[in-house]
Amino acid sequence: MKYLKVLLNGIVKENPTFVLLLGMCPTLGTTSSAINGMSMGLATTAVLVFSNLIISCLKNLIPDSVRIPSFIVVIASLVTILQMVLQAYVPSVYEALGLFIPLIVVNCIILGRAEAYAAKNDPISSIFDGLGMGLGFTIALTLLGACREVLGTGKIFSMTVFPENYGALLFVLAPGAFIVLGYLIAIVNKLRKA
Amino acid sequence: MAGILTLISVVAGASLASVNEMTKGPIELIKQQTLESGIRAVLNSNDLQVQAIDSLQEGSVIIYRTDKGNAVQATDANAFGGNLTVLVGFAGDGTIQGYQVLETSETPGLGAKASFWFKEGKGSILGKNPSKNNLTVIKDGGEVDAITASTITSRAFLRCVNAAYEALSMSADAESGATKQANSN
Repeated sequence: MKYLKVLLNGIVKENPTFVLLLGMCPTLGTTSSAINGMSMGLATTAVLVFSNLIISCLKNLIPDSVRIPSFIVVIASLVTILQMVLQAYVPSVYEALGLFIPLIVVNCIILGRAEAYAAKNDPISSIFDGLGMGLGFTIALTLLGACREVLGTGKIFSMTVFPENYGALLFVLAPGAFIVLGYLIAIVNKLRKA
Repeated sequence: MAGILTLISVVAGASLASVNEMTKGPIELIKQQTLESGIRAVLNSNDLQVQAIDSLQEGSVIIYRTDKGNAVQATDANAFGGNLTVLVGFAGDGTIQGYQVLETSETPGLGAKASFWFKEGKGSILGKNPSKNNLTVIKDGGEVDAITASTITSRAFLRCVNAAYEALSMSADAESGATKQANSN
């Protein structure tokens, strides 16, 4: 019950994208299509779960004064491992995400959760917190990617909904990311208040 | 205090080294496979043997010689988003068999269309021969229809194709010249 609450906290109540507005760089940069957004979300989730677990296990060992460098070393190592594994076994995802994989290191969601949650809670709840936050991020990015893809190219997950000629290219480009994100945040806020 | 941070760094370094060791093989293999499948695709042949690889102009042009024609990889640094690398397949007489964009940072929805634009319709370069056809965009007096709203990408793409052909024909001249010399000796 307690774990479910922690999990849902990340997905709904404190959704990192729609409520906390954390990690905007990958959010805007990678969501040109639904599949890209989803891959980015899942990659971040993987890092988040392991970084929360490791940091929660080490929290009593790490002195307060060097905690940030220690967290960063852990997170950076995990991201590098993820990058190598993706490159070796899922090259299509690696190609699509490109530069954004190393940037997961500086995604403030990860350091934020390490500092705000994993450093104060037990390993099991930290895993659920990482999973919840990661899934919240993934859902947000997939939704954003799907909206941009369908408005821009008439496709969803590369399946045609309407002919590409009727799509507004703007939504695939950078301005579309800001516009769609703004509307999605507005809708989510409205729903949360209702 | 510093001891803990050192310890964490050492453990992190060791785990990175072991993962690197584990993934090195597969990564190398995938790079090789991508290149091989690219060469097969641009030469429209499923069974071919790469016989020789020539790297020219400090690696900016690479020629893969096979028994079914030549695949040439060329890079142009002045595309809209930076580097554009294209692999072009030429038949023995220089006719373009196919191409594949290997590396691109072009705008999605605009310049990124280069990956299929030049394969069909008015923009097609397939079956053309750079020695007979003027492969530049119509605006520059050529006969290739540029990607709508992406003339810069189109120009860069065609520069790659022409550079690839030039490198290939130059190396062919050098080679036949060398054979002639060898024969006359």
